[in-house]
Amino acid sequence: MSDRSDILPTRQSMGGIADQLTGIPLHFPVERRWLIAMMFASALLLLLMVSVVELFTRGVGIWGINIPVNWAFAIHNYVWWLGIGHAGTLISALLLLTGSEWRNSLNRFAETMTLFAVVCAGIYPILHLGRPWYVYWMFPYPASMSVWPQFRSPLEWDIWAVLTYLTVSLAFWYTGLIPDLAAARDRATRRGWQIFFGITALGWRGSARHWLRWSQAYRLTAALAVPLVVSVHSEVSLLFAVGQIPGWHSTIFPPYFVLGAAFSGFAIVSIIAVALRSWFGLENLVTDDHLDVLGKVLLATGLMTGYGYVFEVFDAVYSGEAHELQTLADRFVGAYAWTYWGAVIFNFTPLQALWWRVVRRTGWMLLLISVSVAIGMWLERYMILVTGLYRDFLVSSWSHFTPTFWDWSTYFGTIGLFLVPFLIAIRLVPMISIFESKELLHEEKEEQQHG
Amino acid sequence: MAEELYGALAEFRSPEDLLAATRKAREAGYRNLDAFTPFPVEGLDRILRLPRPTISFVGLAGAIAGAGAALIMQFYVNYDYPLNVGGRPIYAISAFAVVTFELTILFSALAMLAGMLWQNGLPRLNYPVFGTGRFHHASKDRFFLCVSADDAKFEAAKTLAFLRGTGALSVELVPG
Repeated sequence: MSDRSDILPTRQSMGGIADQLTGIPLHFPVERRWLIAMMFASALLLLLMVSVVELFTRGVGIWGINIPVNWAFAIHNYVWWLGIGHAGTLISALLLLTGSEWRNSLNRFAETMTLFAVVCAGIYPILHLGRPWYVYWMFPYPASMSVWPQFRSPLEWDIWAVLTYLTVSLAFWYTGLIPDLAAARDRATRRGWQIFFGITALGWRGSARHWLRWSQAYRLTAALAVPLVVSVHSEVSLLFAVGQIPGWHSTIFPPYFVLGAAFSGFAIVSIIAVALRSWFGLENLVTDDHLDVLGKVLLATGLMTGYGYVFEVFDAVYSGEAHELQTLADRFVGAYAWTYWGAVIFNFTPLQALWWRVVRRTGWMLLLISVSVAIGMWLERYMILVTGLYRDFLVSSWSHFTPTFWDWSTYFGTIGLFLVPFLIAIRLVPMISIFESKELLHEEKEEQQHG
Repeated sequence: MAEELYGALAEFRSPEDLLAATRKAREAGYRNLDAFTPFPVEGLDRILRLPRPTISFVGLAGAIAGAGAALIMQFYVNYDYPLNVGGRPIYAISAFAVVTFELTILFSALAMLAGMLWQNGLPRLNYPVFGTGRFHHASKDRFFLCVSADDAKFEAAKTLAFLRGTGALSVELVPG
C-alpha cells in the first residue's frame, strides 16, 4: 500500500479532474487530429468491407489456405486479436480485486480496447466458415431439419466462449461507466449532449444506497471476469490441443496462451496510454508512474511468455516423439524459421530495455517496445499455426502456405474495424474513470494529511 | 406546500464533513436519510445503517440458472440428435464443461447487472433532487446529505436550521 501514495499528483482538485475528463467528449479538444485518424481508420475499414465482399462472393479460395494448411490467417488473427483483448479485462478486473490503484487511469480505455478487439477476433471464425450465412447453425434453435449443434466439438465451444466474453466485458464496461456518464450529464451544456448522457446515465445520482449495491455488483462481476479471461484463452488453446497436429499439445499451452495474450494486450494498452496521454494532455492522470508500472508488467508477462518458449522446446525433446521433434526442427530451421526467430527477436530483444527505469518512464520508448511486442506476438501465432500444419504426418500432404493479397487486406482491415469504434468511443465517453480517479486522489490527500 | 416537499438537502465540502454531519443527524433522531457523493465514501453505509446489499445472492441464483440451463441444453441436444463419433460417449460431461462454465458466468454477470439496476430503481430519468440548484456538483466534488420529508422528525424550517448547524456550505429544500 505504501507505493500507491504518489501515483496521482495531489496538487489537482477533484473538480478539476471532473472538468478535464468530461471536457474531452463535451468540448473535443483535438478535432483535427481525430478526423485525420478517423479517415485513416475508415480507409482500413473500407478495405475490410471490400475484402469481405470479395470473400463472400468468391469463397475462402481467395486466401492462401490449402490442405494441409487449412487454418492460417483466419485463426491466427483470431487468436492474436483475442489475446489483445485479454489485457483489458485483466487490468480492470484482476487489479480491481487486488486493490492496485494505478489501474484507475488505465482501466476505461483498456476495457474499451477489449470490446473492439474481441469483435475483431469474433468475425474471423465466421469469415472462415466458407458459408458464413449459415453461422446461425451454431446456435441451438429448433431447426426444421431436427439437427442440433454438436456440443462435443471444440468449434462449438468457441462461439459460446467468445460471445460470453464479449457480453460480460460489455456489461462490466457499462457498469463502470454509469457514474461517469452521470458526471458528463451534469457538466453538459448543449442539449444534444444532455439528452445523450441523460439517457445513458440511466438517472444515476450517486446515492449512498446506489453506490453500495453498485460496488458489490461491480466487484463480483470483476471476480467472474478473471476466470472468464483465463477460460476463454485456455479454450482457444484447447482448440489446438484437441487436434492431433504435432506441436499443438504441450501441457504448457493453456497458461502459455493466456500469458502471451496478456503480454500482447499490455503492449497495446501501453500504446494507447502513451497516445491518449499526449493527444489530450493527460500527463496529470496517466503519469510517468503509470508508464513505469505498465513497463514492469510488460516485462514480467514477457519473461513468463519466454518461459513458455523454453518449455515448449523441452516438451518436444522430452517426449522424444518423431513428429514433435520434426516440428521443432521446422520451427528452428524450416521454411518458416523466420516466424520463430522473428517472434523471439521482436518479443524479447527490445523488451530487455525495460529493465531500465528511464526507458519505462519515457513514453516513446515504451511505445516502440510495445509495437515490437505486438509484431512479435503476431509472428508467434503465425508460427504456432503454420509450422504445425505445413508438414504433418504424411510426406505426400506436405505443402506450403503463402498469404495472398486478400489475407493481408482482411487483416489490415480488421485494424480499421478496431480503430473506428475505438475512436468513436473516445469521442463519446470519458476515457479515464472519473470517479475512481477522484476516489484515489481523496485517499492520497488523506494519507498525506494523516502521515 | 409542506406536503409537496421531497426533503432538505445540505452540501458539504469533503467526505469527512459529510460523515460528521450524517452522524449528528442520526444522533438528532433523523432516520430517513440519504447521501449523494461523487464516489463511494467508506463508512457512510454504516452511519446511515443501510442494509447489506443482496446482489451476491442474485449472482448466485444467476450462476445456478446458467449452469443448469447449459447442462440441460447440452444433454437434451445430444439426446435428441445422438451422433456416434468414434464410439465416444454421447453424454460427455468433460466436453460439456466449457459451455457450462461460460453460461454460468454469463447468466451470473447479467443477473447481477440487472439486479443492481432493479434494486436501485434505475433507469429512472428524473428524480426530485435533480431539480435543485446545486445538485449537479454531486457528481463533481461536493457531498450532499438529504433528510427526507417522510422522516418523522422532519419540519422544514427546523431541519434546515439543523443542517446549517452541521457546517453545511449550503442548504435548501427539495420540492417533491
